[in-house]
Amino acid sequence: MIHARGLVKRFGDLVAVDGIDLDVKRGEAFGFLGPNGAGKSSTMRMIGCVSPVSDGTLRILDRDPAVDGARIRARLGVVPQQDTLDFELTVRENVLIYGRYFGLSRRELKPRIDELLDFVQLTERAGDKVEPLSGGMKRRLTIARSLVNDPDLLLLDEPTTGLDPQARHVVWDRLFRLKQQGKTFVVTTHYMDEAEQLCDRLVVMDHGRIVAEGSPWELIQRYSTREVVEVRFDDERPGAGVLGDVAERVEELPDRALLYTSDGDATAAQLHDRNLPPHSTLIRRSTLEDVFLHLTGRTLVD
Amino acid sequence: MESVLQPLRAYEHWLAQYKRVWRGTIGTSLVNPILYVTALGVGLGTIVDQTQNAPGGVPYLDFVAPGLVAAAAMQTATIESTWPVMSAIKWSRVYHAMIATPLSERDAFVGHQLFVITRVFTSAAAYLAVIAVFGAVASWWGILVVPVAVLIGTAFSMPMAALAAAVEEDRTFVTVFRFLIVPMFLFSGTFFPVSQLPLALELVAYATPIWHGVELCRMLTLGTVEALPALGHVAYLLAWSAVGFELARRSYRRRLLG
Repeated sequence: MIHARGLVKRFGDLVAVDGIDLDVKRGEAFGFLGPNGAGKSSTMRMIGCVSPVSDGTLRILDRDPAVDGARIRARLGVVPQQDTLDFELTVRENVLIYGRYFGLSRRELKPRIDELLDFVQLTERAGDKVEPLSGGMKRRLTIARSLVNDPDLLLLDEPTTGLDPQARHVVWDRLFRLKQQGKTFVVTTHYMDEAEQLCDRLVVMDHGRIVAEGSPWELIQRYSTREVVEVRFDDERPGAGVLGDVAERVEELPDRALLYTSDGDATAAQLHDRNLPPHSTLIRRSTLEDVFLHLTGRTLVD
Repeated sequence: MESVLQPLRAYEHWLAQYKRVWRGTIGTSLVNPILYVTALGVGLGTIVDQTQNAPGGVPYLDFVAPGLVAAAAMQTATIESTWPVMSAIKWSRVYHAMIATPLSERDAFVGHQLFVITRVFTSAAAYLAVIAVFGAVASWWGILVVPVAVLIGTAFSMPMAALAAAVEEDRTFVTVFRFLIVPMFLFSGTFFPVSQLPLALELVAYATPIWHGVELCRMLTLGTVEALPALGHVAYLLAWSAVGFELARRSYRRRLLG
């Protein structure tokens, strides 16, 4: 569905995407994970055929965006990062007008819109204006709109950024249904739980490059350990040298230390054996967040 | 075929939005002309006519009315091509929705301009009806004021759309109105012949598209059409429209396809 080799996007002197290779197959749920400014959205815009490729090869649905942009876009469903809904129109009209952009007739759109609004649980709001809808409802409407042309490939750019936890879960639930229906989609996110829930395979991007690739589970295995012990000490905390050999890797943070280990209980027990009882101990499974922070660092990106 | 249909699909969006507010705009399309024609054509006109030195040797109402129609076309076109264009790029982001579909940035631009033309067309038709009721249309040529108003509209809306798609802040539009549109409204032959201006300003007035629009409308409603000057005015307005179209096309491309 997507094939990229040495893909580059430059804005003047700034290199937003710095030579990435990608292959997304039919039916796959593929994720771009990365901090702000990593080049995720620029990549998505190139895939969405609204941003010309600066260098390298890109093929979407076996076509070249530079030549066949409109024909590719006819087969895409796009959920942009910022809403592009028409606040003056009703929920139904928003999907209708968007469907018209694809050249679909009003007659074929009517049943399709009913179906889509039902899918995103907005049937009751069909006649309401968009303006007063909640953020989660607007997102769901955007998703319904992106499905109006029954796309082969869905592009979701940070689909749940800015939503409250309930609204996020509703959106995930809908996206998960689409995944079960066999839709191919590409998601960008900086939420680890989102990537773990939705993606079969993902790449971690940083500074315009791909720094890791694999399934969520593979990435955790490769770049982290099975479990993490988070420990906090009262006053005098033991140095990394002392903690060093109780875990495979130790990361010292201002308020706590993270011990990466295959067996959290054993590591915690060892601390007690050595007379280093922490003030508090949390043993948890390693997550993509650990992978992500390991790969892209803890420095704040603005 | 698609290249013709696609802008019409973008146009549908603006119509759907307009459907919600059209009643209000019909009101202003009739009330504004009535106020202007009454105040200037009838009120001020009575005093001017008493001087027995009316411009063009016709009643002042007949002189000023076609100028008002032309000026209204300029204003409608400018307003419709400034804030709404910026909104579609930055605030409502409607253009971004359009270009995610088979529509191109050119379709989004042309579709929007079709709507601007629609607005200019309907308000010019209403304006013409009002001045006809006041008795200010002396010839059947007057009907052509409506297409001429559309041409005046494009001569302004195309360059304005080019500007609106290039600038970051809507403050620019206030400046445009204050220093370009309002002076053109006042000093480009709408209310008095530009020959009364100092020579330097008179030459500036000839360069503005609105002067050509006013002259055209006036010869049509008075029935004093002369082929060569009329064609010259049309050509000048077409040139502004064509250059504006090309500039706007580039401006949209630069702005929307980053």
